[in-house]
Amino acid sequence: MTFDKVLLDHGGGGRASHELIERVFVPRFQNPFLKEMNDSAVFDLNGANLAFTTDSYVVDPIFFPGGDIGSLAVCGTVNDLAMRGAKPYYLSVGFIMEEGFPLKDLEQILLSMERAAQEAGVQIVTGDTKVVPKGAVDKIFINTSGIGLIPKGFNIAGQNAQPGDAVLLSGTLGDHGLTILSKREGLAFESSLKSDAAPLNHLVQEILSTGPEIHVLRDPTRGGLATTLNEIAGQSQVGIEIWEETIPIRDSVSAASEILGLDPLYVANEGKLVAILPQSQAEAVLAVMKKNPYGQDAALIGEVKAENPGKVVLKTIIGGKRLLDMLTGEQLPRIC
Amino acid sequence: MCLAVPMEVKKITDNWAVVEYEGTRREVRLDLVDPKPEVGDYVIIHAGFALHRIDEEEAKENLKYWKEILNKDI
Amino acid sequence: MKHLSEYRDKELAQKLIAAIRDQSKRPIRLMEVCGTHTVSIFRHGIRQVLPPTIQLISGPGCPVCVTATEEIDRAVKLARNPGVMITTFGDLVRVPGSQSSLQMERASGADVRMVYSTFDALKLARENQNKKVIFLAIGFETTAPTIAAAVLEAKLLGLENYFILSAHKLLPPALEVLLNSGDLNLQGFIYPGHVTTIIGTGAYEQVAEKYHLPGVVCGFEPVDILETILMLVRQIEQGQAKVEIQYKRGSSAIGNPKALNVLNRVFVPCDAPWRGLGTIPDSGLALRPEFRAFAAEDHFDLQVPPAQDHPGCACGEVLRGIKTPLQCLLFRTACRPDSPIGPCMVSTEGTCAAYFKYNE
Ligand code: SF4
Repeated sequence: MTFDKVLLDHGGGGRASHELIERVFVPRFQNPFLKEMNDSAVFDLNGANLAFTTDSYVVDPIFFPGGDIGSLAVCGTVNDLAMRGAKPYYLSVGFIMEEGFPLKDLEQILLSMERAAQEAGVQIVTGDTKVVPKGAVDKIFINTSGIGLIPKGFNIAGQNAQPGDAVLLSGTLGDHGLTILSKREGLAFESSLKSDAAPLNHLVQEILSTGPEIHVLRDPTRGGLATTLNEIAGQSQVGIEIWEETIPIRDSVSAASEILGLDPLYVANEGKLVAILPQSQAEAVLAVMKKNPYGQDAALIGEVKAENPGKVVLKTIIGGKRLLDMLTGEQLPRIC
Repeated sequence: MCLAVPMEVKKITDNWAVVEYEGTRREVRLDLVDPKPEVGDYVIIHAGFALHRIDEEEAKENLKYWKEILNKDI
Repeated sequence: MKHLSEYRDKELAQKLIAAIRDQSKRPIRLMEVCGTHTVSIFRHGIRQVLPPTIQLISGPGCPVCVTATEEIDRAVKLARNPGVMITTFGDLVRVPGSQSSLQMERASGADVRMVYSTFDALKLARENQNKKVIFLAIGFETTAPTIAAAVLEAKLLGLENYFILSAHKLLPPALEVLLNSGDLNLQGFIYPGHVTTIIGTGAYEQVAEKYHLPGVVCGFEPVDILETILMLVRQIEQGQAKVEIQYKRGSSAIGNPKALNVLNRVFVPCDAPWRGLGTIPDSGLALRPEFRAFAAEDHFDLQVPPAQDHPGCACGEVLRGIKTPLQCLLFRTACRPDSPIGPCMVSTEGTCAAYFKYNE
């Protein structure tokens, strides 16, 4: 079957999204920056090394435990900049709203954007608002773009993982994605889950202060850790092995995953990062991460290998191994 | 074939129960489970229905058996 | 006690693996009938820790995978009716029919919703009186009673806009067909824990007797599966063919008569098409005459042309356990989870999807 329409799967952040980007977008706007497929484009402008990124937010529900579409829109873009080692400075924001959207909700969203921006130390310096007829969008969509400065001497990108490197994860997996899913209409689970949405730029600055030898930083958002590691393995042409036992997952998250039949390794996070760096530095960086409130549960979860380039292997608790492929489409809850 | 998980009964109202597992709660139906569970029992939940009441004694026995296994050859 | 995490214990698993390695002498093939087992086996890397004497093969126990192409075609046709809302369980929306899938129909404007329970679908029917809400009922004996309970409730409520399209499948008739197909080379069954919760072990006793094949009813955690394999190895080494229950916390020999009673009040067995196995007599469920008001096929035109499966798809053989996906020419090339050709690739539980996702 061939597709002549965009499906929800194409927005899921997994293989389908990648194919859409590679087949439809990249050939059209060909340039070396886009081809790299990193979180932000990095370029030199008048001697300054800049990172530039954009992202749109369409989360449903718009308010959820641990955040809302506003905090997400700020944190997501701040994090995309931080993952190139950049210190984020300025953000733009565009709103598309459905007519009839309650002003009170808008104000609440703006308040949490303000708070998130303050915490991250960025300013929202330009913006745009559009209102469309009822039903043309679902309540509110937000786009943010951001610009940041990369300190001299750093080159952090998905292409840089090297055999022997350590793989660090800054905290528990799956909190955001499962929170959202549990609130979706039709599933309606009550839970103690909370999104982990947070700006990670300060954590990144602290990591960078340990030295310039950080190879890759990436936030495992849509598609989860498994998809992110696959992207890195592909970009760097290395194999990555991770150890199930060491991966931090909250009991509440693994319980909810169990009930919905999902795998937390494929579930979105909005306040976590993966750091890939030389083994010799792993301990020092881990110690730094653990001191930051967003890195408390940080752990060494695996290593980069020369074998199986482009592939990610999970060593299971019982000692078996399994290939961790990229997320395919949207993860669907299953009962059977 | 059929994904089902054990959850603890927190509240019962007629044919509905609130069940919980590690902080995740959900309302489920009791139409199909026999004997009817009580608050505090664990039941196996599939597609919004309790299908089976877990016999706590039986489960404990089983775990005891596992612990013994760990200390001897099998 | 949580009745779950205890069964993921590393030390216990190691101990069981050592015992299996030690006690397994003869080369054997065991079939895990249930798709949830297939996923768990791959997810925990169980194949790699077993000695070379033991081969696990996957049977026809994924309800999404055995749903026949024509059943999907009917659902697609239903979805195209104006004023209809299709409700179903997650994975089914991706399953390709001959021309389209529910997911593609949704992209073209059909109202297709995922629910967790039939009662969620009932709720949608009550809240959307102007729509005809159709539940695509798939699943084995575990799920069918939940659908039946919802039908009883709909009758009680006098709902006139709730319908089901039954594509249920029953396990014992399929086992029978498998065992009679001749090309199976099997020494034992890993039986599905949650189907047994409902139907008990009666059907397996017959298999043990008639075909001298041992079977163990198995839970879904790694320790459960390893213990089951050990129990089977022991039986086979001793030449026994008994039915044992490993999953005692979740099932029993008698099953759940209350659930079966609900099931039988609403449904009667009927012939049903299985992907890969053809039509099997009395292996499906149809609504009884007094519940026909809820039968989608009585209210909508569901005539579809005979379905055509992709000629290269080996799903039929994969479901019967006589081929592995690796022996299918389309595997990984034309057939991938994002462009599945056969249903075994669609469901997370499907054998081909499990091979694709988890295999090295
Ligand atoms: S790999 Fe695809 S085409 Fe081949 S048997 Fe499996 S589902 Fe069918």
